[in-house]
Amino acid sequence: MIIDIKNVNYIYNPGTPFEKKALSNINIQIDEGEFIGLIGHTGSGKSTLVQHLNGLLKPTSGDVIVDGINTSKKDVSLREIRQKVGLVFQYPEHQLFEETIYADIAFGPKNLGLKDNEVDMRVKSAMENVGLDFESLKDRSPFELSGGQKRRAAIAGVIAMKPKLLILDEPTAGLDPAGRDEILGGIRKLYEKEKMTIVLVSHSMEDIAKLANRILVMDKGELVMDDSPKEVFKRAPELEEIGLGVPQITNFMRELKSKGYDVNDEIITVEEAKEEILKYLRSREDV
Amino acid sequence: MFKDITIGQYFPGESLVHKLDPRIKILVIIFFIVSLFFVDSFYPYIFILLFIVVISKVAKIPVSLVLKGIKPLRFIIIITFIINVFMTKGEILFDIGPLTVTKEGLSTAIFMALRLVFLVLGTSLLTLTTSPIALTDGIEKLLSPFKKIGLPAHELAMMMTIALRFIPTLLEEADKIMKAQMARGADFESGNIINRAKNLVPLLVPLFINAFRRADELATAMEARCYRGGEHRTRLNELKLDTKDMVVFVSVIIYFGLIISTRYIKI
Repeated sequence: MIIDIKNVNYIYNPGTPFEKKALSNINIQIDEGEFIGLIGHTGSGKSTLVQHLNGLLKPTSGDVIVDGINTSKKDVSLREIRQKVGLVFQYPEHQLFEETIYADIAFGPKNLGLKDNEVDMRVKSAMENVGLDFESLKDRSPFELSGGQKRRAAIAGVIAMKPKLLILDEPTAGLDPAGRDEILGGIRKLYEKEKMTIVLVSHSMEDIAKLANRILVMDKGELVMDDSPKEVFKRAPELEEIGLGVPQITNFMRELKSKGYDVNDEIITVEEAKEEILKYLRSREDV
Repeated sequence: MFKDITIGQYFPGESLVHKLDPRIKILVIIFFIVSLFFVDSFYPYIFILLFIVVISKVAKIPVSLVLKGIKPLRFIIIITFIINVFMTKGEILFDIGPLTVTKEGLSTAIFMALRLVFLVLGTSLLTLTTSPIALTDGIEKLLSPFKKIGLPAHELAMMMTIALRFIPTLLEEADKIMKAQMARGADFESGNIINRAKNLVPLLVPLFINAFRRADELATAMEARCYRGGEHRTRLNELKLDTKDMVVFVSVIIYFGLIISTRYIKI
């Protein structure tokens, strides 16, 4: 088990008129090899939750245990926790600061105190993983890149720390479809090839359905669902009630079924839907 | 870590003080300060104090909040007190080593310290009861007669408004960038001064870049809505003086006039 969240509560500005409860009684276990989709309405506590996972925030009460280390302990090594858990914030390209892309990506590994040749290797492999060409881009300024490239360079800066768990907070926000596919493709590669455990925060039910093998749903600071994508997307009315939804294709299949076509409506990706519809058509031909 | 910084400490309310025209409030505070410096004995301070108490009662502002204004200036007040205690010649009360404390020194020190305390309390009452936007509006209006001699009143007020508007945004952004860099192992909390300053580079560079980008976007957005400075610009909420403003203004002027007169007319 890589993350164990036990009875966690978090209150912003306790004891002031601006007091706000952001998390209430959260219990989550994350195992290695999982790909978790975290969804929730704006202000549901998603961002607060992910900041607990690498010790940026510490619970007001309860415990967050990262790979055996309790983040609330006094003499805890935050550096060690941050090496295990990489966190990519929203719009990560806004944190680029170095003169060259190489130096920016090397910032994290250098903070870990790694040797130069190790840093070099990590930068190379991180750039490769996000689909940036090392030789042609390493000496360029990060500010000369396109929006999508900037974002990928910033993500590479976190990947280069080789975290066991990688958290991405809406990594595709504000990108064009091509940029989005590149980022999501990169994340899938990290999950499959580098065996990283992933937590993906997203508002796109399609992306989550395509990638995740477990979904966490947050609402008003509480964890309301924790299940496989199929099970979660079965509960469409509940999801809609808290301002979320199901993938469009799931809606489409439901509609199809309600029109009297005998198809499975528990489908969450376009690929599956295609198979299901073909199967249905074939069964009709046989009749 | 940036959450404790509050600039523009407006305390929202619906009281008479809150609703007063900001121009009147600014003028009242100017009279308040002027009369404070005319006072040359202790007893008129009672009326100054009375003014502060009455205003904060009417505005329903908690005493603790009014007093909080003194905190950042406590060192200046203490230093003023100490210097006055030891540097004034007169009837010696007692010695502390080479320093002597005189009766006159003690009284001047208390007098000066009180003057500073009242100064801070009075001005913080203004910022507590007036929103920053109303304040800059008031300043613009008060400065507008000086436009004739080339003072860009509108531009100054607009700059102040924008600066105030973006302080919370920048703080939030600084917090976010700091967290993002901390997630990459940056350390902002330990090390000696030189190292700490160096460690701020990953925070300051993105912060400045974003601030410039934001400024650029804001300028474009304003121009897209045909902003071209103060000429012929009308406002949504025109400041208007009504009877209550005039009544308050006149009575306050008389009140401070009387306080000032204590300097010349000794009872």
